[in-house]
Amino acid sequence: MRMFAPLILPVFGLGLAGALWAVATLLLATDTPILANFAPVEALRAFLRLVADPLMWEHIGVSLQRVAVGLVVALAVGVPMGILTGVSRAFAQTTTPLFQFLRMISPLSWMPIAVMVLGVGDAPVYFLLAFAAVWPILLNTSAGVAQLDRNWLMLARSLSATRFETIFRVVLPGIVAHILSGVRLAIGIIWIILVPAEMLGVSAGLGYFILDARDRLAYPDLMAAILIIGALGFALDYAARWLYQHWLHKR
Amino acid sequence: MNAPQPRAATLGRDRATEQVLSAERLSFAYAKSGTTFEDVSIGIGRREIVCLLGGSGCGKSTLLRVLAGLETARAGTVSFLGQPLNHPHPRSALVFQQASLLPWLNVFDNASFGLDFKHQPAIEASARKARVREALAAVGLAGREQAWPAELSGGQTQRVALARALAREPELLFADEPFSALDAITRAEMQRLLVEVVHRWHAAVLLVTHDIDEAILVADRILLMAGKPGHIHRQWAVDIPHPREDHAEAVTTLRMQILAALRATTEGAAPTLAAAPAPTPTPTHS
Ligand SMILES: Nc1ncnc2c1ncn2[C@@H]1O[C@H](COP(=O)(O)OP(=O)(O)O)[C@@H](O)[C@H]1O
Ligand SMILES: [Mg+2]
Repeated sequence: MRMFAPLILPVFGLGLAGALWAVATLLLATDTPILANFAPVEALRAFLRLVADPLMWEHIGVSLQRVAVGLVVALAVGVPMGILTGVSRAFAQTTTPLFQFLRMISPLSWMPIAVMVLGVGDAPVYFLLAFAAVWPILLNTSAGVAQLDRNWLMLARSLSATRFETIFRVVLPGIVAHILSGVRLAIGIIWIILVPAEMLGVSAGLGYFILDARDRLAYPDLMAAILIIGALGFALDYAARWLYQHWLHKR
Repeated sequence: MNAPQPRAATLGRDRATEQVLSAERLSFAYAKSGTTFEDVSIGIGRREIVCLLGGSGCGKSTLLRVLAGLETARAGTVSFLGQPLNHPHPRSALVFQQASLLPWLNVFDNASFGLDFKHQPAIEASARKARVREALAAVGLAGREQAWPAELSGGQTQRVALARALAREPELLFADEPFSALDAITRAEMQRLLVEVVHRWHAAVLLVTHDIDEAILVADRILLMAGKPGHIHRQWAVDIPHPREDHAEAVTTLRMQILAALRATTEGAAPTLAAAPAPTPTPTHS
């Protein structure tokens, strides 16, 4: 019994939200009957049908794969750039204003340009996701380098470590915690950008499914997709947090 | 000017064969600040434990880093085993005040860290393992190989740092106040351990310290560094047998001599220096 005590308030909160949702659709449906389709009971029924539907899992798989590609590209660009920023004063001074400027532009603003340059398909989606995710990774990486223990670097120097050895044996492992907290932020951002990014020119994925459900007038499906997006995002964030905690505990 | 030079040169060459490290007329300055030390000459014999003693800020750590090849002197030369030193030598090892273990590596991997680096002499993996085991056993950490640094006490982390240095089988161990962060009891233990293991490893030591008792307990020779810019003010050969705790009288006499010399340096070049009583009749000016 005591084991479930910490769950009582969160479950109550979620239940309350569900109740408000039910009441709202009920009240609104008296004026606009079509809104009854958005009620939680309908959504839940659609949800149960969709999670048993292999086609839905294909959409989910496509979306998760885009998340992975976006994250990997963001890491491949953000970590080296972050290390360079942390190591070289000149590089930091050259790039900081530019990065701060680019960071403040909503990634979705690049959408038309991305499609024109990269064509219709997955490429512009990857670009938008990576572009959105690179900033937290880059900034956390360079903050990590700045906070590295100076004695570790002195140790590397006393061993006549090459630059390669210093980076791969001291710097990178020394900033994993920072990179992981950047990854967690990046996953949050990617997940938010994903759905609108999938609303252009692609024929699979959760964002596509939302538009498709609207066009099919399948409103319970639409609400169910929203529930699925929320649940997956929650799970992704939980996984990222677990990874971060796991690393901290190991140390 | 001409006469003493050839003599000094031959002296240096003769010494090179029996000395691990010899430094001639070093001076050093950090960018944008005055001279840190000037005209410092030091020789360290094989298996000799030399303590560099001095108040904080007098340039001991800087001198150690220059001698270890981590900084370049503005003038003067450092040679290690008879060769000019430009980089940290593979047969030297460093221990600092902070153990600076890498928290993502366990005790064993910390102690073997760097042995497989490109500029280190190549050793087979099995030999490397044996070396690291032996070093960890010597510092009393056999059986703790798989522990994480976060699980160790301050004294134990410093033991790992010492094992990491020993695993390199150094000809010369540089130690910069390695025990000042430890409590008094642990410090005394570690001082005894240091003397024991460097004797077993046939290593020479340059130990930087501001603790007179530490210097007296471990050193074969004590160099007193003082002044601004710093220089080697005095030195004493210490031939009290180990363990020195058993020779309280000799220890106390030396302690008084060093204290008096220290007092003289803090009074500086003031005119009172000439008037001050000279308590030690056998100064060896370097
Ligand atoms: N990296 C540095 N840059 C500039 N000045 C330094 C640096 N490190 C030490 N100093 C200065 O050099 C002097 C000697 O320092 P240090 O060698 O650390 O002395 P000690 O080890 O005897 O306490 C001090 O005045 C200190 O402030
Ligand atoms: Mg110091």
